[in-house]
Amino acid sequence: MGSVAQSVYIAGIYEHPTRKAVDKSLGQLYFEIAQGAVADAGLSLSDVDAFYCDTDAPGFGPLSIIEYLGIEVRHYDSTDVGGSAPMVHLSHAAQAIATGKCNVALVTMAGKPRTGGRGLDTQPNWAVPELAFELPYAHGVVDQYAMSAMRHMYEFDTTAEQLAWIKVAASHHAQHNPHAMLRDVVTVEQVLGSVMIADPLHRLDCCVVSDGGGAFVVVSQEIARQLKRPRVRLRGAGEAIRDLRGGTADITSSGAVVSGATAFAEAGLKPSDIKYASLYDSFTITVLIQLEDLGFCKRGQGGAFVSDGKLISGVGKLPINTDGGGLCSNHPGNRGGMTKILEAVRQLREEAHPAVQVRNCDLALAHGTGGWLASRHGSATVILERV
Amino acid sequence: MDVQTLTPLTPVPPVSPETEAFWDATATDRLLVKFCNSCNKVHVYPRAHCPFCFSVDTEWRESPGEGEIYSYTVIRRETPPRVVAYVRLDEGVILLTNIVGCDPNGVHIDQRVKAVFPRAEDGPCVPAFVPASPTQELAYRRECQGAESHEKD
Repeated sequence: MGSVAQSVYIAGIYEHPTRKAVDKSLGQLYFEIAQGAVADAGLSLSDVDAFYCDTDAPGFGPLSIIEYLGIEVRHYDSTDVGGSAPMVHLSHAAQAIATGKCNVALVTMAGKPRTGGRGLDTQPNWAVPELAFELPYAHGVVDQYAMSAMRHMYEFDTTAEQLAWIKVAASHHAQHNPHAMLRDVVTVEQVLGSVMIADPLHRLDCCVVSDGGGAFVVVSQEIARQLKRPRVRLRGAGEAIRDLRGGTADITSSGAVVSGATAFAEAGLKPSDIKYASLYDSFTITVLIQLEDLGFCKRGQGGAFVSDGKLISGVGKLPINTDGGGLCSNHPGNRGGMTKILEAVRQLREEAHPAVQVRNCDLALAHGTGGWLASRHGSATVILERV
Repeated sequence: MDVQTLTPLTPVPPVSPETEAFWDATATDRLLVKFCNSCNKVHVYPRAHCPFCFSVDTEWRESPGEGEIYSYTVIRRETPPRVVAYVRLDEGVILLTNIVGCDPNGVHIDQRVKAVFPRAEDGPCVPAFVPASPTQELAYRRECQGAESHEKD
């Protein structure tokens, strides 16, 4: 399996600069990210022979958006595991390329939750088996993450101050990103002083809501060699589903325990080899639990690991989310996985902002948690290498 | 106390053949869980098969409806604030619920709680939990009665 991943490269990336797409349709966003990513690779849309998207793409699976774009593909995948979908798509594209099913895979993600490009379902789908036992208790995404945080605090003495440091680090990075929604550096006190949304998570423990999106192009080794862009190789990948397991789950850890171990084993690497990490930051607690689950620190020690600026580039031991992440820059379509992969590639190409560029960044990790931390979610990890 | 903290929030689920017995029981203030005769484990939410050993030899068992708060949050975005929680039943499984009939600011992990069955306007009763002190339960029942008589007005 190691050879499958290692023969595949990310050749092009594009992040849409918009955070509020008032004057564009969702289809236009898809075209612009697709065009942007293939252009970055030095390719054109006519070279694309595989397409990947999640269910934020309007239409039935990938059908409508493939037609809208005008591309012709022989491989496709619209697996939706929320914000972890782009990591899963990268892994699936790599497998398809390695087995000869395609050569140029375009992975996309765009959404317009701010300006309403997609209506929400008003009728619950009661065929979803758990729904009758959950929906009546009327709670939102943030409440799920809050319950994980509350239990983590109870079991490991994690504090609100420690969680706040994750936001502080994000804000230090976001000040250098001209596209970031929140560019002001904030303090721990400001996080703790922001309004409580769901105990123990404050407003500033939560990511932003933004329009936008991004895309990347995955190619075979033969094609990568013909292109003039820096070569970023997929070194390892892992995916997992975590759920409540009949009522026996531990909500202080995530599927990253499995997806991370799988990715590190495939890459033949360990967490201390990683120079930069893009970690899903829907909420501050998401980052902390992933750090533990991926093995960057021991279980229960995430609080100490993130404190005192340890996640800030140039200052801390493990720089994360140097674009400002979902906490400050953007969270297009309420999904942060795509931008995680894009910033990891920028770091490996040494194309991050100079103020946050990690020196000698040859190995990076990107991880997504899609869904609900305290019940069911998809976890996916990719490890990338500059070669 | 505001009546909103006593009644489950809509929407109320429709009854399916797989879970009909569960909702029949809540209408008479009883909490049922599914027990597997093959591996002797309780699971929630209830399914026709056992998610641990995949046996279809499962049966309904009445739970005392007692347990402790495993985790919770106070939804501060609503007025009044409301508590959503995972309760760990004494049978060992955690289930999602609301903690009602008490001050959200007094709720804490490991707090003993007991199932209650607020009446819904239409559809089945959805179980919730109250802190398991005799005075708290009594106060809760009085509030419910008050709410019902208020609705009749």
